[in-house]
Parts: sequence; structure tokens; C-alpha cells
Amino acid sequence: MKSDVVALPEVRQGHSLPPTRTSPGPVPPSGLGRRPRHLRKYVELTLLLGPALVLFVGFVLVPILVAGRYSLYNWNGMGPLTGFVGLHNYRVALDDPVFRGAIVHNLIIAGLSLLVQLPLSLALAFLLNRRLRGQSFLRLVTFAPYVLSEATTAVVWLLMLQPGGFVDQVLKFLGLGGLVQLWLANTSIVLYTMFAVITWKYIGFGIILFLAGLQGIPAELREAAALDGATGRQSLRHVTLPLLGPTVRIWVFLSVIGSFQLFDLVWIMTEGGPANASDTMVTYLIYNGPTSSELGYGSAVAVLLFIICFVFALVYQRFALRRDTAGAVTRMVGT
Amino acid sequence: MRKFRNGKRALASVVSAVTALSMAAWGAGSANAAPHSSPNLRHGNAVQLTWWNNATSGVLLNVWNNAAKAFDKSHPGVTIQNVPIQNEVLQNTKIPLALQSGNPPDIFQQWGGGREATEITSGKLMNMTQATKGWIKTIGKVAGGWAVDGQQYGIPYDLHVVGFWYRKDLFAKAGIKGTPATLAQLEADVTKLKAAHIAPIAVGSKDKWPDAFWWEYFALRECSTNTLQHAMKAINLSANCFVKAGNDLAAFMKTQPFQPGFLATPAQTGAGSSAGMVANGQAAMELQGDWDPGTMDPLTTDKNINNQLGWFPFPTVPGGQGDPTTVLGGGDGFSCSTKATKACVQFLEYLDSTPVQKQVAKAAVGLPVNTAASSALTVPGLRDVLSYYKHIHYLQTYFDVAFPVNVGTALDAAIANYFAGQGTPQSIISAVAAAAKAK
Repeated sequence: MKSDVVALPEVRQGHSLPPTRTSPGPVPPSGLGRRPRHLRKYVELTLLLGPALVLFVGFVLVPILVAGRYSLYNWNGMGPLTGFVGLHNYRVALDDPVFRGAIVHNLIIAGLSLLVQLPLSLALAFLLNRRLRGQSFLRLVTFAPYVLSEATTAVVWLLMLQPGGFVDQVLKFLGLGGLVQLWLANTSIVLYTMFAVITWKYIGFGIILFLAGLQGIPAELREAAALDGATGRQSLRHVTLPLLGPTVRIWVFLSVIGSFQLFDLVWIMTEGGPANASDTMVTYLIYNGPTSSELGYGSAVAVLLFIICFVFALVYQRFALRRDTAGAVTRMVGT
Repeated sequence: MRKFRNGKRALASVVSAVTALSMAAWGAGSANAAPHSSPNLRHGNAVQLTWWNNATSGVLLNVWNNAAKAFDKSHPGVTIQNVPIQNEVLQNTKIPLALQSGNPPDIFQQWGGGREATEITSGKLMNMTQATKGWIKTIGKVAGGWAVDGQQYGIPYDLHVVGFWYRKDLFAKAGIKGTPATLAQLEADVTKLKAAHIAPIAVGSKDKWPDAFWWEYFALRECSTNTLQHAMKAINLSANCFVKAGNDLAAFMKTQPFQPGFLATPAQTGAGSSAGMVANGQAAMELQGDWDPGTMDPLTTDKNINNQLGWFPFPTVPGGQGDPTTVLGGGDGFSCSTKATKACVQFLEYLDSTPVQKQVAKAAVGLPVNTAASSALTVPGLRDVLSYYKHIHYLQTYFDVAFPVNVGTALDAAIANYFAGQGTPQSIISAVAAAAKAK
């Protein structure tokens, strides 16, 4: 309801704008003036929306529909599409403990991202938002891994995590030799090793996002709180964090979707192994779809992955992001 | 008010849909992306044949470039366009996609067996039986690996034999004399190497297929040739000898013969791979194909590596019904697409001619299919492989290649799980049965 209250005045403002705006405004006195304005509106819409719409339909909607069709067939990717099996591929996927395990791995990565990466990147963002000696350098260092491609990151960490490799040597040098593990070969540890690498890679993105959010909070608000006698912690709890809310919610959205999509790092470092211990939905899809020449089955897994992401996106949009986007969306509708 | 709420919701839904669709779509999208391939161009009488192969670097790239040039020269009006593509991309992505599209290349890499049978279902592979009738016998039985139901849809240019590559210096250091001929001797050697603080055997389990070599060789030693041939044809591993193979493997693995962390070791990529470990003296031996010396060469600074490497076949297993001279192997070849002209078959014949085969032998990527070229093998270990190969009774194609693709990958995955301590000998067999049923 809050969003409606916020949205309404802005929409009404739109009515009072000059008639050159495309918003539904007062009808001009002459019927002649209306036609060119409508024409212009359609030309603008076609020019602005057309290319994006063509790309969206051609490269997103059509492939999804085609994948949905393939998923109903037993098809090796070659020859005619004849072996109609209905929902059989979906049943096989949902019955496969490896696929269910892959979903659980994705959920674990998503959960750990929220529990570990969120507080960590928030804390580092607060730290780097202060006036520090070498602030720019520190920001650069924390952001640098994000700039690396996933493939490069994976290869570098793959080499460093080999038995007796760089990570083991560093631990031994620090007198922590007892912590040395078979980081990628131990089925109980490999998923958490992957999470550590993901955190190293993506923590910079969270920090930059939160730093941008923090910069957007007017210093006057914190000063006012301080004048009112708020302690640093109270100011953080009641002023900074609530105002950082929209940024945090967007980060959570990107992080969870990113966790569901996880592929490149895992594929290069472990191929989902050993014994599927680091399998994700997408590594499962690739191995059991294209690699196994089972494009019908792979398509069914892709559709399931799409449904999971789509449902999450809708639910999150409805319950978490709505109030953040409400104003923006209303403005878009209003103009 | 209501209108705007709905509009807002619709827009929000579209935003969500775009995001989620884009994110999920690539999974299907990546499999559906159209590959680029040049058509079989004809300008008057001139023909251009596009040739996809996996020789992206090294000596073989030069061999293929020279072969293409020489063929162009001797066949006026024909141009071979050499397009090297990285092996896994070529095998798993480019060729399947090209065969789904209406525009496959004229000549493309072919591994034979069940993969070839899978590709034939596209209807885009040329049946070369008649065109090769006059000369195919000169390359011997190996051509049978590229025939499906007696029809020749591919032509091999080299063949592969899997066996043990070992370091002579590390064997000597551990006090091992000679090479093991029985499983008991191999286990004794493992013990000696461990006592000398040397990792006995390197295996690249991350890639799954090296694990499969182990289980398949135990199956070759446990099962009679007839049983193997029947199992391959029927895609059925229900014979008891395949369960025994799993038990043998489990018993052997109890001796802990592999390097620490072998489950995450790649087979051929980087100095930390199983090939790299042997090349750099960090492990004493590896069960691999004859391409291993060529793989090791760039992974080490040791210029003497080829002389340091010896080769011996997989040892016999007590009580096994298998012929001890049965070997596991395969090879590489090429297929022509249906749109290619007969110049394609002529080109493949040229690749199997003695002059080109000698170049292939020198490249040390495999054994030449034309035995007249075997004198050109330069790596000492490869000469041992070839002399052994001349006396074998049966070459069993790697199971994952012999079977249809989906069955092969299911088998590799089940064996890899077994290496990681999951599953039973029966679960490997069940995985094949389930995949064969889905086929």
C-alpha cells in the first residue's frame, strides 16, 4: 500500500506536464494536432523498443520455447524430432539424486553467500568508506578479482589448490600445516572450497555496490542523528542500514540468481566432481545434456532451471524489490 | 489507479522474466547456437572443402597444413580449407551442432564407434563404402572401428593403444627390474615405489575417462573376447565378468596406488596433470594412450623425456577369462558430409598414403594406420607399442566411444564415482543399462 501512496502523486504530476510528453494529458483543442503526436509516439516506440524486442524475442523467448519443445522428446540432437516422451524427461531429472543434489548445492552456495558474503562485503564497504590512508589502493585491491574472467580465476585457483600447491605452502609457512586438505579432491570439502573461490571473486562486486549505496546517503542524516544524541552504532542501525536497504536487496537478488547459475568456475576446476560433490544445476545440465548427446533431456533440465530462477525472481520481485522499484516503475509508466 | 498498478505489475513481471529468462536461457541457448561453417563452395569447377580437425598446435598442425597444400596442388580446382578447433569443443559442441544445422563442414574429425553411429542418425554423413572399396583393406582391421553395420562412414588416420607409460629412472630408483606382467607383480612394484617415497601411479580422475581405462582394462582381462563383443553389440554389461572387473579394481585401489588428491587431477592440462606428474618425475607411471609422450613433451623442460619413458601392456589378472593380448584402444579419423564431393574421399585416401602417414608417425600423436609408415616412429616407447600391437588378437575400442554417446558418458560417470568410493561394481553396470534404455 505504501508504494501506492508514493506512486500516486508522481502519476498526477505527469498530468500537469506540457502536452509534448507522451503521458495521457489534456486533449489539445485541435484534432489536427493529435495525429502527428500519436504518429510520433508510435515511431518513437517502434524505434526505441523495436530492436530490443526483436533481440529479446529472437534470442530469449524463442530459445526458451524451443527448449520447452525439445524437452518433451527423447532426442540426441541429430536427426528428426520424433521420439515424443511427454514429461518423461522431467520425471527422470526430478527422480535423479544427482540432479537433486545439484539443486541442494546451488541452495547451499546461495545460503552461504547471504550468510558470509553479505556481512563481509558490508563490513568491508563500511571500512573502505572511511577516510583511510591508501583508500583508493585498498578499493582497487578488493575489486581486482571481480575484473578477472571466471576462466582465469578458475585456472589460477586450480593450480594454487593442487596438493602441495601455493595454498598448502602458505598455510605451512604460517604454521597452519594442520589445516591442509585435499581442497578439490575431498568430496566433503570441495563445495566449500568452491564457495571460498566464489567469495574471493565476487566480494569486490558487493563492496563496490555497497560503497556506491553508502555514497548516496547524505551525510546530513548521520550528522542530524549524531546531534540528536545517536551513538555510532545507533546511527548505523537506524539511519545507514535502512537507507542502504535497496542496494542490499538488489545484491541479494543478483547473488541468489548468480548462485543458481554457477557454472564456469566449477566446470573448469572440478567438472562437478569428485563424484558429483560440486555439481551445480548447470554443470549437471551440460554433462547430461550436450556432452551426453541428450539434448531432449538437457532441455528439460534447462527448463527446470529456468522455472526455478523465474519463480525466485517473481517472488522476490513481489515481496522484496517491489517497494524499491515502485517509484521508478511508476515514473516509467507515468511518462 | 488500478490500471497503473496492473501496468506496474506487468512491467515488473517483464523485468523479472527478462532477467530470469536470460539467465536460464543460455543453458539451452549455448546448445542451440548456430555454428559457423563455410559451405562447400563451387566456383565453376573449383571446389573448396572445409576441414574441421583437432590439430590446433604442434607438429600435427604442420602435417595437416602441408597435406592440404600438397593435395590442392595435385588436384587442380580443389582447395582444402584447414580449420583446426580445440578437441573438446570440436567433439562436444561444434560437430554435433553442425550436424543439427543444415550446413556441416565437408570433412570433420571422427572418433568412430558409437559416437559415429549417433552422428549417422543426422543423415549428414557420407557412406564411403563404395568409394573406398579399392584401398580400405590396406589399412587393415582398424578401419572396422569406423564402419557401422559394415558401412564405412569414417576413415581413420591413426590408431591408439592404451598401456602403461613408466619412468625408467624411477623404477630403477625403487629397485624394480623389468616390467610387471601380472597384477601381483604390479602390486609389488607399487609397494616398492611407495617405499622409495615415489607416487606409484598418476591418474587424471577429474576428466573421468582415465578412470574408465582402469575399469575397462580389468574387464578386458576378466571377460572373454566373445563376451566383450556381445556386450558391445547389445550394450549390455550383465555378464558376471564385468562385476569381477569392479571387484578387481576395488581390490587394487586398496593398495592406494595413486597420487594424493587424484580425484581432482586433470589428465593432460598443465604440469600438475597426471601426464605432467610423470613427465616431471613426480609419479612413476600412468595408464594412458600412446599419445602420452606427445602430451608430456610440452609439460616438462626435460629434453630427454622420450628416452626416459618405457611402455608395458596391462598385466594379466589371476583367473581372468580375457585374452592377455587384447588391448584397449581407438583412433582418430575423418568423415565426409553428404554435401561433400568425391574429392573428400580422395583426400582421406591421401591422408592414409605412406608419405603423409610417415609425417603422422613422426608427429607422435598416434600410431600410423598404414604400417608401411611405422619406420618413421621416433619415440622409442612408441616402437614398443607398435611391435606389441602387431601381435595382438583383438583391439577393443574404448567403451565410451564404442557405445552410443549417452551410454558412454553414463559409464564414465559411474566409474568416476566408483573411484571416489561411491557405488558398487553393480552400479556401474546398472548405469549403462539405464542409459541404454533411455537411448
